[in-house]
This record gives sequence, structure tokens and C-alpha cells, in this order.
Amino acid sequence: MNPQQAATSIGEPNIIAIVFFLVFVGFTLAITYWAARKTKTTSEFFTAGGGVSAVQNGFALAGDFMSAASFLGIAGLVALSGFDGLIYSVGWLVGWPVVTFLIAEPLRNLGKYTFADVVAYRLKQTPVRISAAVGTLAVVSFYLIAQMVGAGNLIHMMFGLSYEAAVVIVGVVMILYVLFGGMIATTWVQIVKAVLLLAGATVLALMVLVKFNFNPLALFQAAADQYGPEVLAPGKLVSSPLEAVSLGLALMFGTAGLPHILMRFYTVPNAKAARGSVFYATGLIGYFYLVTFILGFGASVLLGRDAIKLVDKGGNMAAPMLAEAVGGKPFLGFISAVAFATILAVVAGLTLSGAAALSHDLWTSVVRKGKAPEHEQLRVARLASLGLGVLAIFLGIVFKGQNVAFMVGLAFAIAASANFPALLLSMAWKGFTTRGAVASMITGSVSAVLFIFLSPTVQVDLLGHEDALFPLKNPGLVTMPLAFLVGWVVSLLAPEPEAAGRFAEVRHRMHVGAEADAPAPAATPAATPAPVPAPRPQTT
Amino acid sequence: MSQKTKAEELETLAAARWRVAAVLTAGTLVSYFGFILLVAFDKPLMGKLLAPGLSLGILLGALVIAAAWVLTGIYVMWANNKYDKALHQFRR
Repeated sequence: MNPQQAATSIGEPNIIAIVFFLVFVGFTLAITYWAARKTKTTSEFFTAGGGVSAVQNGFALAGDFMSAASFLGIAGLVALSGFDGLIYSVGWLVGWPVVTFLIAEPLRNLGKYTFADVVAYRLKQTPVRISAAVGTLAVVSFYLIAQMVGAGNLIHMMFGLSYEAAVVIVGVVMILYVLFGGMIATTWVQIVKAVLLLAGATVLALMVLVKFNFNPLALFQAAADQYGPEVLAPGKLVSSPLEAVSLGLALMFGTAGLPHILMRFYTVPNAKAARGSVFYATGLIGYFYLVTFILGFGASVLLGRDAIKLVDKGGNMAAPMLAEAVGGKPFLGFISAVAFATILAVVAGLTLSGAAALSHDLWTSVVRKGKAPEHEQLRVARLASLGLGVLAIFLGIVFKGQNVAFMVGLAFAIAASANFPALLLSMAWKGFTTRGAVASMITGSVSAVLFIFLSPTVQVDLLGHEDALFPLKNPGLVTMPLAFLVGWVVSLLAPEPEAAGRFAEVRHRMHVGAEADAPAPAATPAATPAPVPAPRPQTT
Repeated sequence: MSQKTKAEELETLAAARWRVAAVLTAGTLVSYFGFILLVAFDKPLMGKLLAPGLSLGILLGALVIAAAWVLTGIYVMWANNKYDKALHQFRR
């Protein structure tokens, strides 16, 4: 492929990588086959029947969140510019405590399958569910495009397959997981992938550190000796404080609005397991980012920046090249297969959450007013998964060669602006109304998309204009407060006494959970049946 | 305690949880945005070497990641001990 690069076999078909990948796919399809036999109800399809333990869900959450982009992207950024990669690692992680403190438990106690269950709990079902589904599908689509395009490029470079073939393989295998195995299979695929990714990154880091007496500081020092002390200091990444704060807000609160992450809280039996699972996930993800930081420095010292840039200008191949340099071709094969598997798993999680919005929120609750029989809900969910899978393949091919960074930024900005404010207000504020929720979600999604379109990322980088109408690359700083403000003002303009009246019920269920329902004291209003079957968490 | 109605008791419980959540969220915000603003406004300070290979920035970045995990841990410990006990009391 690349005559100057005798040292790396990246870009050539790699038999070992393909074998490792086939083993992974075979193993996970076996899991899917096993799960398919257990997936008979909608609850099993969407939430694995609520029977996932806190540790398992912690790994699955980490698996959903640690995408190939963060593994390869951060390692590449550190390899090429040193310290700046750490800024990203920190930003991607800090959303998790917020999820634990504000979201995890109330969400688990109030909802059933989607975060719309929570927002719609005491509000009018139809308008709220439609707008929540719009926000969810927007986030899922942009995230899916980014993952599919990333997958195509990556596999093209690592395995030597064509871009289109890679996109189709990812799409088809992902459809199989979701269609037949539902959440049970998706959860186990995430767990297997998280373990492989953590183990692979750890072994790679140890192989690097062994050359530096297991002292990361010696490695950093070696990088500073080679490239100057600036590699240990902030560089060009954060040029404007406003920009940094805006991106930070989107990353921090976007995590608390990502539908595929929120959906994971319904797979555990209760609020205690929900909070525990975020604790495990935060630890695993934080550890992973710190290891990735070491990999980046390892690559820049052991391979050299020029060699890395020669293969990929963005530095995305730094980690796989490092794997080949310290562990030879078999280890490169292993790391490539893990990266491929990583994309596969993230895409499966996204598809499942999109299918839940289509089937549970739009079909069952809006079209059929909660009267769809179980087998019909399940059929719609499977059709939705199939449709989303095909759409993902199509979009992946259409968007070939596009810059995917802004799509991920967009997904996070929509999640932070459309989903998070409505979710938080519905749980914490008695005065929140149906109109307020709808206005907040629509404002959040529309303004995030609009401002990204007007931002320098699209206007200058993509369209090549001189300058942009909206100065910030990420709109979170404007759109998130705007969504809160609109939700608040619209709710104040036209109060909704029924919604306020049912707040006591929300508070009861949010804190006490569903466990207390069965033998509940007669005085509690929690047992009042809602007009549409209220989202009722599974008690197993 | 015994004089309180169930509704008041729940209100106290809810208020306590939101208070703890708000304080810990504020802690996370301060640590993260403190780090980002230092990066934005004082790059030379962040590049200052504390030991060979260890700049202040790297130390603080790693500390923010560790702090995120520790804050989560504090919440989980509080919730598992105090909050769940109070809930248990309430449920009876």
C-alpha cells in the first residue's frame, strides 16, 4: 500500500485480524442465538427483562461509551500533540458523575423502556412522546452516521477491505444482534467488547511501559526530550475559553441525554443497582482514558510522529501501529479486531435505542394509545431495528469521506439541549407542563442543529466560506440554557394543574421506587392508574 | 419523626437527595471547569514541571478523572448507607 512504510502492514489484508474478528463475531452470534431463545417479551427485548446486575451493566455502559473513536482518536491526538489529548479524555469522562447524581436513580424508578417514559409520566403522552422521539432519533442518526463512516475508514485501513464492504458487514452483523437477541444479546456483546478493549489497551500499555521501567513519567520525559517540553503543556486545542466551556457543557450534559446510555438504566432491577452500575462504568472509562494517554505518548516516542502522520494525517492509526511495533503482526490483528468489534457494539446499542423510540414511544404509545398487544409491540420493535440497520448502512455509504467529528459534536449537543433539560425539569420541577416539555425539546434539537449549521465547523471547514454567522464550533453554551429557559417560560405562561397535581406521585415513585408499590400504604397516591398505562418499572 | 405525615417525610427525603446531588454536581463542575479555564487562561502554569516528565497539567488532568470517580463513589456510599436506610424507614 505504502512503499515508504516497510515497518507497518496497516492497509494490507491481515489474516490474523480477520481470524480474530471472525472468532469475535462467531462468539457473539452464539450469544445472540442463546439470547434469542430468551427474548419473547418486549421487556426482554428492550431491557433484558431488568435482570442485569450492577457490575454487568457497568461494563455494558462502559462498552456503550468507549467507542473506537475515543480509543483511536485520543491516542492519535496525544501521539501528535501530547497533552491536548488529556483535555478530551477529561471532557468525555466528567458527564458520568452528573449522570449518577441527577439521572440514574429517578430514571430507573420512573421509566420503563425509554427516557420519554419519565418526561411523559405526568404530562400528556402524545405530544411529549412525539417530541422526545424526534430528539432521540436525531441523536441516534448523527451518532450512527459518525460510527458507520468511522468504521468504513478504519476497516479499510486496518483490514484492507473496501469501505463499502466494511460498512455493510458492520450493518448486517449489528442487525443480527439487535433483531434476534435484543437487549440481552446487546448487553453481552457490550460486556465482551468492553473486556477485550480494556484488556487489549492494558496489555499494549504494559508492553510500552516495560521499556520505561514501568514508570509513565519516564515515558513522558522521553517524549519531552524528543519533541520539546511543550508536549507536556496545553497546546492549540483550547484557544478560546468560551469555545472550551461550550464543548465542555455539551460533553458533560450530553452524556446524560444520550438515549442508548439512558436506556441501559432500565436493564438493572432497581435504583441501587443503577447507581452502582454508573460507579463501575466511571471507574472503567476513567482507567481506559488514562491508559489511552499512555498509548499516545508511547506511539510518539517509539514510532515517531512522522511515521504516524504518513499512515493517517489525523493520527488515528497511532494505537494499532504501536501494537504492531511492540507485539508484531498478531497483536496488530488482535487490536484491529477489537476496534472493529467496538464499533459493532456501539452501533448495536444505538440501533436498539432508536428502535425503542420508534416502537415504544411512537407506535405503542402514540399510534395505538397503549393498546398494542405484546406480540405486535415486539414485531414493530424488530421491524424498527431492521429499518434502522438498513438506514445506517445507507447513510454510512452516502456520507463516505465526510468529516465525522462534527456529527459526534452534533449528537452530543442535541442530547444536551433537547433531552437533558426536559428530563431534569420533569423530575425536579412541579410546575413543568406538557407545552413546556414539548417547547423545550423542540427548541433544544432545532437550535442545536441550526447553530451547528451556522458554526465555523460547517460554514468554514465544510463549505469553505470565509466566516460563520455563529462563532462557536459547539453550540452547547447557547442551546442548553435556551432549552431550559424556553421550557421554564412556556410552563409559566400556561400552568397545567393536572400535571402539577400528579407531582406528588412522581416524587413518590422517583424516590421510593416501584418496590414499595405492591404493599404500598393505602394513603399513597402512587397506585392511581394513569389514562395511558403509566411507565411501570419491572420488579423482578 | 413520628408526628410527620408520610408526605412530609417523603418531602424531607427528596430534599435531602436533591441537596446531596446538587452539592456533588457543583463539585464536579468546579473541578472540571477549573481545569479547562486554567488550560485556557494560563498555559505556562499548566506546563510547569513538578518532576521530570510530570507537568502540573498532566497531574491536574489525571486528578479531575480521579475526582469524578471519587465523587461518584461518595454519592454511592451516601446513598447505600444513609439514603437507603431512610427509604427503608419510610417504606415501613
